[in-house]
Amino acid sequence: MMSSVEFYPVNNPIGDLVRSIFPEPVAVLINGLLALLSLMALVGSLGAVLIYLERKVSAHFQLRLGPMRVGPHGLLQAVADGIKAIFKEVLKPEGADTFIFFLAPLLPVSAAFLVLAVIPFDHHLQVADPAGGVLYVLGVSGLSVLGILLAGWASNNKYSLLGAMRSGAQMVSFEISIALLMLLIVMVSGTASLRGIVLSQQGTLFDWWIFKLPFLGIFAFVMYLIASTAELNRTPFDISEAESELTGGFATEYSGIGFAMFFLGEFVNMFVSACLVTTFFLGGFFPPLLGVPVIDPILSLIPGFLWFFIKAFAIIFIYMWFRWTFPRVRVDQLMYLEWRIMLPANLLLLLLSGLFVAQGWAG
Amino acid sequence: MKETAAKENVLEFVSRYVHKTITGFYTLTKGLDITIKYFVNPKTVITQQYPENRETLQMFDRFRGHLHMPHDENGQNACTACGICEKACPNGTISVLATKDLAGRKVLGQYIYRLSQCTFCGLCVEACPFGAITLGKDFELAVYDRNELTWVLNQSDNTAQGA
Repeated sequence: MMSSVEFYPVNNPIGDLVRSIFPEPVAVLINGLLALLSLMALVGSLGAVLIYLERKVSAHFQLRLGPMRVGPHGLLQAVADGIKAIFKEVLKPEGADTFIFFLAPLLPVSAAFLVLAVIPFDHHLQVADPAGGVLYVLGVSGLSVLGILLAGWASNNKYSLLGAMRSGAQMVSFEISIALLMLLIVMVSGTASLRGIVLSQQGTLFDWWIFKLPFLGIFAFVMYLIASTAELNRTPFDISEAESELTGGFATEYSGIGFAMFFLGEFVNMFVSACLVTTFFLGGFFPPLLGVPVIDPILSLIPGFLWFFIKAFAIIFIYMWFRWTFPRVRVDQLMYLEWRIMLPANLLLLLLSGLFVAQGWAG
Repeated sequence: MKETAAKENVLEFVSRYVHKTITGFYTLTKGLDITIKYFVNPKTVITQQYPENRETLQMFDRFRGHLHMPHDENGQNACTACGICEKACPNGTISVLATKDLAGRKVLGQYIYRLSQCTFCGLCVEACPFGAITLGKDFELAVYDRNELTWVLNQSDNTAQGA
């Protein structure tokens, strides 16, 4: 594993160029700003791309065509919607807490933004690589729960409050499953740094944690998908919005750009979650080598960040597939799923993989 | 009072629990299978791109448009002015105005159809014993004056309108 760190340099050419031109303190500042700007560009463009994708994918799952009017095949629909959201009046209900009401829409997006900073998109495409990256991800993603709770509380509306409370209960419950599954990966890979976790999956397709851990990996992968769907508040677990019950949940009172920020946060969080699945189970930026001498060099030609995005978008497609196939579960069914099925299964999985690690069967 | 079920032992509970979980996941994969088939087959899309495909648009068989009275090549219709359709109509859409021909028989004078009151329920078509009226396929029925919505179906110049 140490050899791979030497094999793939952490520096990238742009950063080296800046360091060669400017003195040390200025270069650090400029490099940091460049990294932040690229993340902002990613978040901004992802919102439009994912909303367009979701509408198209959902339409084809439901025998429809989706947006077709604005631009060829509706490509500019997201731009039109964005402009509309910006020019709409921002309303605040009477009796709402002004500061918190306008702070809340920012939090889910900031959470996604902060998590993106530690995602290893390629060998040298990572803003920061803290040694406890997994802990950082767990801690920071809690901000999006906070945003939803604050939105529900500050709106001064019973539906908002109910939606926020449901969402809080749901996210706190499923955070346990997410944390336990992350713990499993940390245990088998022996490191909590996200880059280290990716590097521990170096090799062929069967060195990814989904296959490398005999039988357990695929179970852990499926459970992570379920738990992260619940964490994202997406159907079939969207009881916090539940438009047929709560008119819109925590977002009921938001209009214009406030609602757009929640929407953007939801979609960018979906991408972040897909990135984490890719990092933990699907070998991150490594190409899916098959061990066949003819195909492998061709697969290796494609740059790592492209592999990363291909894998992440495959996971996003699975999330969308779930959303447009399954009906929404009830609150009690949701809690049953977490506390009666997911949690015991998680603990069993953790126990078994501990046994595997102790016996030296895992990788 | 309902009898309580016999208490199951641990083994029974575990097997029921595992069975329930596995069959639950199995049914979910069935649903996923159906939707992915829709997704990968663009031919299954049923949405019509209406103004663009206006020339080729075929309305489906059970579509119920405006009332239409078919005429044969001699300009004759099958209506006997019996008035059953007028009685069958819940909205008073139809007025069958009968006259007498030279032989003194009752024949159709004017078959008045008020599109503005019609709900396209099709009860008149079901009631007609002679098959003299049908529901058309046309749906672009907007006009600028409500007087244009009162049609006389048995006059060929009026039946051409929208039919």
